[in-house]
Order: sequence, then C-alpha cells, then structure tokens
Amino acid sequence: AGGPGCYVCYWLVGDTQEKEGILPERAEEAKLKAKYPSLGQKPGGSDFLMKRLQKGQKYFDSGDYNMAKAKMKNKQLPSAGPDKNLVTGDHIPTPQDLPQRKSSLVTSKLAGGQVE
Amino acid sequence: MFLKFSLRSVFYGAGGGNDIQWCFSQVKGAVDDDVAEADIISTVEFNHSGELLATGDKGGRVVIFQQEQENKIQSHSRGEYNVYSTFQSHEPEFDYLKSLEIEEKINKIRWLPQKNAAQFLLSTNDKTIKLWKISERDKRPEGYNLKEEDGRYRDPTTVTTLRVPVFRPMDLMVEASPRRIFANAHTYHINSISINSDYETYLSADDLRINLWHLEITDRSFNIVDIKPANMEELTEVITAAEFHPNSCNTFVYSSSKGTIRLCDMRASALCDRHSKLFEEPEDPSNRSFFSEIISSISDVKFSHSGRYMMTRDYLSVKIWDLNMENRPVETYQVHEYLRSKLCSLYENDCIFDKFECCWNGSDSVVMTGSYNNFFRMFDRNTKRDITLEASRENNKPRTVLKPRKVCASGKRKKDEISVDSLDFNKKILHTAWHPKENIIAVATTNNLYIFQDKVN
Repeated sequence: AGGPGCYVCYWLVGDTQEKEGILPERAEEAKLKAKYPSLGQKPGGSDFLMKRLQKGQKYFDSGDYNMAKAKMKNKQLPSAGPDKNLVTGDHIPTPQDLPQRKSSLVTSKLAGGQVE
Repeated sequence: MFLKFSLRSVFYGAGGGNDIQWCFSQVKGAVDDDVAEADIISTVEFNHSGELLATGDKGGRVVIFQQEQENKIQSHSRGEYNVYSTFQSHEPEFDYLKSLEIEEKINKIRWLPQKNAAQFLLSTNDKTIKLWKISERDKRPEGYNLKEEDGRYRDPTTVTTLRVPVFRPMDLMVEASPRRIFANAHTYHINSISINSDYETYLSADDLRINLWHLEITDRSFNIVDIKPANMEELTEVITAAEFHPNSCNTFVYSSSKGTIRLCDMRASALCDRHSKLFEEPEDPSNRSFFSEIISSISDVKFSHSGRYMMTRDYLSVKIWDLNMENRPVETYQVHEYLRSKLCSLYENDCIFDKFECCWNGSDSVVMTGSYNNFFRMFDRNTKRDITLEASRENNKPRTVLKPRKVCASGKRKKDEISVDSLDFNKKILHTAWHPKENIIAVATTNNLYIFQDKVN
C-alpha cells in the first residue's frame, strides 16, 4: 500500500518529517492503532514482558478445574478464545485447550530418508 | 588482510554479492510440506574443527553429521556430511509444582573442544542443560570364558580350558551418553549457553538471570547476573542472549530486549549486575514509534573469532560493534529493510517476535543471517557487498551455483525479483552456521537442513 496510505498518515501524524525511514514505521503504527484502539501506550511495559516470560506455556491445574466445574454446575465452562496465553486467574483452562501430549518418540527425519 | 582481499578480487572478479560463489551441496530432512512440530529445527552448530555438525529440534532430538574424508581424486567438492549419531537429548516434562509443561525443544547446542577420542557437547531446553559424550566403538571383547558370544552365560561346569578374552574389530558404533545433567537452576526459560575459554566453566542465561557452572559439578551453580526487579510490575527488559568472550575467560556479554548489550568482567565482583561496558546506539526520539522497542530487541549476539568485535542481530539489521566503542556500532547492515512498511501485519501475525541468529565466517570477514521466504543474507565487511540467497529444493543439483535473489520493495517489479507481498513469512531461516575454517555453511529452514559450499575449481 504505497502512495495513498503514506499521505493519509502524513496528515494524521501532523508534522513535517523529512526522513524516508520514519514515514513507513509511523504509518504502520497508525494502522495498528486504528485496528486496536485499546492497545497500550507502552509496548515495552510489564504486561507485554510478562507474556514473554510465560512464552505461551499451557498449563492445567486439576484443582482449579474441578473447583470451577463445581461452581458452574449448570453453566457452560468458558472455552479458550484465540488468546491462549492468559495468565492465571483470567481463565480456567480445560483439558481440551491443552495440546496433545507427545506420543512415542521417533527418529528425526534428518537422520533418515533423504540423504543427498 | 586488506591487501590479500584486493588480490583475490583481481583474480576472481566480482561474483554476485561477494567473491564467493555458493553452490548447493546437500539437503537433509523430509520433502513433504506437512511439517510435524517435532521436526522443526531449533539449533545448528559446527564443532571446533568443522568435522561435525549438530542440529537440535523441537522434539528434543539431536542429530550429528560428520564430514567424510575428502576424496582426493574427486577434488571438485569437499567431503559430504552424513549422519554420525542421533539421540533423544531432552524429553517433555511436567513441572508439578507450577502445573507447567516443560518443552523438550533444544534451544542451543554448544560443542566442547576435543580433548580426547570422544566428543562432548552441551545441549539445553528451557530448564535443563545436559553434557553429552559421543564416543566411537570399533572393537569389542571376544572369547569370554563364562559367557557365550551372544551374551548367555555358560554353565561353569562345562568350562574345561581357560582363555584370555581379546579385542576384535567390529562395525563402527557411535554412542551418545549423558554424562552430566545440570538441572533446577533456572526459573525462567534458558535462551543461551556459552562455554568459557577456560574449558572448565560455562554460563547459562534465562530471561532474567545468568548462571555460571563448572562442567564437573551439577549440584551447584553461581548466579552472576540477576536483573529481576523486586516488583515484577517494574520489569522493563529481559535478557535475550549471552556469550563468553572467546579469549578472555573473565569477560562475557549479554543482550537485552531493549537493544542494549552489557559487557561484564567477573573479576570486578561476584555478582555482575553492574556492567563494565554498556553498548547502545542512541535513538533519535523523533523516530520513535510503537514498534521501536520491539524491533530493537536483540535476538542474537556473537563475538568475532578474534574477540575484537561482536555482532548483534535485531529484527531488521545486523550490527558490528568494536568492543572499544560503546556509543554506536562500527558497521550496520540492513537485512530486510523493506519490512519496515509491513510492521503492522508482522506484529499481528507475531513474526515481529521471530528470533533470527547470525554468524561469522572463520576469518571474520563475512557475516550471515537468515530472513523470510527461506532467504538468507551475507554481508562482506571488506567489500561492503551483500548477497541474498535462497534455500530451496529447486536448486538442488550439486555444484549448481546459487542465483542471487532480490526483493522488490515497491513499485515496478523487475524480472526475477520478488515483491514483498509475495514473501512467505512461514518460511523463516532462523538458524545458520558457518564452518570454522572453510566456506561451508549450514542453513536450517523449518524442517530441512541445507549445506552449501563455495565453488571449488
């Protein structure tokens, strides 16, 4: 999205930047904020890094799960949304959310098959 | 060094991005596009002589290739790499206390220099480092008195004469055995291991801490860097990579998610929280955007073989730093600057967090790093020329010279160029390695390992 997009963002940014390198990055930033208005102001903030520290690890606590099940006997348990990286307390993972445990370990394909 | 390079240019002329003409040599791995997660290659490393090449994958397996002895008659190519040993290094675990899964993915492999007939390497997943011994067995004892050749015990009453067992040759067997397991020292995910030049100690780094180990001692390690804030809400940066200096056994560096590198001297104090040097390129505040910090995060740091320089890789560039100058890099190479106008979508598909590695050639004159669409880039520090090549099965005839690739950033696309929007961002080359002495490179795509060599006339 070359020309027109750039000009639009030129207005939004509202200043007279001369350097080539800035316009694309700021244009991209404007695009992102347009899509996600609630995006935090500090991308390097602790929420962001905390997620990084957890690295999308899946977990399952049978105690939490059973207690949640008991509390919500008649209601549907909330299933995981697209974001499976929620920290503890925000969401109770269910066994369905977890990736399948790996089955028996086989030899790497690098060690067998095609050798040229 | 400069004079030598000029002479080479005169003799060989300009060949693409630099004087070397790269040819396809081998490719390892499955052909099919349907990639099993376990087959995703997560690390590639040559040993100190270059004779062995190790890979680690997401399934916790290590495969070691060995270069066959050069065929003197067929001098058009160097020895091929064939499977030498393969073993399961790490297995999936479960941390019961925290109800967390521990991935078996091999994050890093580092070789020890060879001291005797056996080879040793360190391999690590997120939590545990293991020292593996790879040894050859080419003879076995035969002629036991109390055992048959197949291992069954003989009835002692049937033994009428005694003989001395002897060693007889057998088919070569390569065995890998875990000699040390260094566990329970990291709360966060290990991203780096680095063996010290004293060959007795090594460091392991996770997001917030760096530990020093002795190779012989598994039940104790010393914490040498701790950047965990007392209040986790105040966390602003994490450790992304760490490496020991190749010659000074008291010096190491670690990089951060904010684009800084700290050099520490272990002689200064037991806990190296205060750096001896801080390498950071000043940023023009008017250039700052939402993405600035994310793309400045350093994904890899590597000392040059000489120890005079270090190289860092951030999302869009490779920087060479002179250890004597902290305020800016001495060289900066753009890997894929055309991605700057795609940062929004790269953030949405998480590609902006991809961790590319980088490496030096043996003489520190050329550096290499990966990109998307199975492209990888080389930068010649002397000639200032660069080249983009592709790891693809389409060019897989041995000794076929690879054709340089070009990405067209915008506007009119020339013939043979690829437009940015056609790039496949699922085909990423994160791991590359350069033979310590020769122009042989190993390039890992998602699940295949490519070996390229320079054209030997």
